[in-house]
Amino acid sequence: MKSNTRDLGEVRIIELGGKITIGTGDVKIRELVSQALDDDKTNILFDLGDVTAIDSSGIGEMVACYTTVTKRGGQLKLMHLSPKINDILQVTQLITVFDVFDDEREALGSF
Amino acid sequence: MTSTGPPLRAKLVLASRFENIEVAERALVDLCHRAGCADDEEYWLITALREAVANAVRHGNRQDPGRIVRVAYEIANSTFTIRVEDQGEGFDPKSIPDPTDPENLLRPSGRGIFYMRQFMNRVDFSSTPAGGTAVVMVKELASNDSDRP
Repeated sequence: MKSNTRDLGEVRIIELGGKITIGTGDVKIRELVSQALDDDKTNILFDLGDVTAIDSSGIGEMVACYTTVTKRGGQLKLMHLSPKINDILQVTQLITVFDVFDDEREALGSF
Repeated sequence: MTSTGPPLRAKLVLASRFENIEVAERALVDLCHRAGCADDEEYWLITALREAVANAVRHGNRQDPGRIVRVAYEIANSTFTIRVEDQGEGFDPKSIPDPTDPENLLRPSGRGIFYMRQFMNRVDFSSTPAGGTAVVMVKELASNDSDRP
């Protein structure tokens, strides 16, 4: 899994690519969110534009990150979902949990 | 996907390591290409296979590399069948709560079997003679809903 982070104002944007899957990708996103919270960045935006697959462990870790960030008083949101990642969020009904955006400016303005 | 031609079959015996999920995926992709599966069908087959092998490694064999995971693939008459066996102690799939129930939505685990059932036409669990778990997953190829999970 590939990743890149950048800060825009109070928002930590975490760009993810490749597979968010058991044993590697799921651990990596946990570390990235932990690092953001250590940096006092509690508003986090996952850019999933280059993500090719998310298995149930990856989805589970995203949910765990959402809970962790919310408990810290922050927000975790998603943007740039591919049609297949969107399908997965739909069937798992997690589309009702996460705020999802197609446009970065709109996403940043929502925090 | 053509329904003509002889069946395509493959079998793998894998040590219980997560990196071997990639090996199982590569074998599946090879079979899909030889059978002419649609891209969407291949994607959802991979998704279900990865969950089955991950469950076998993590929950069945407890990540003990001394225990093996057997994967058998067959494409025949436009039907893709995948069987994954572990050497664990078995489990009751009915004991897994519905992950889409609102009270379970924020649980970090428990979606693997749900994934399999969503992306395949049929998923059946049984016990192996040694007491492990065997899951058989079936997907009808070139179906009208192949562009959806």
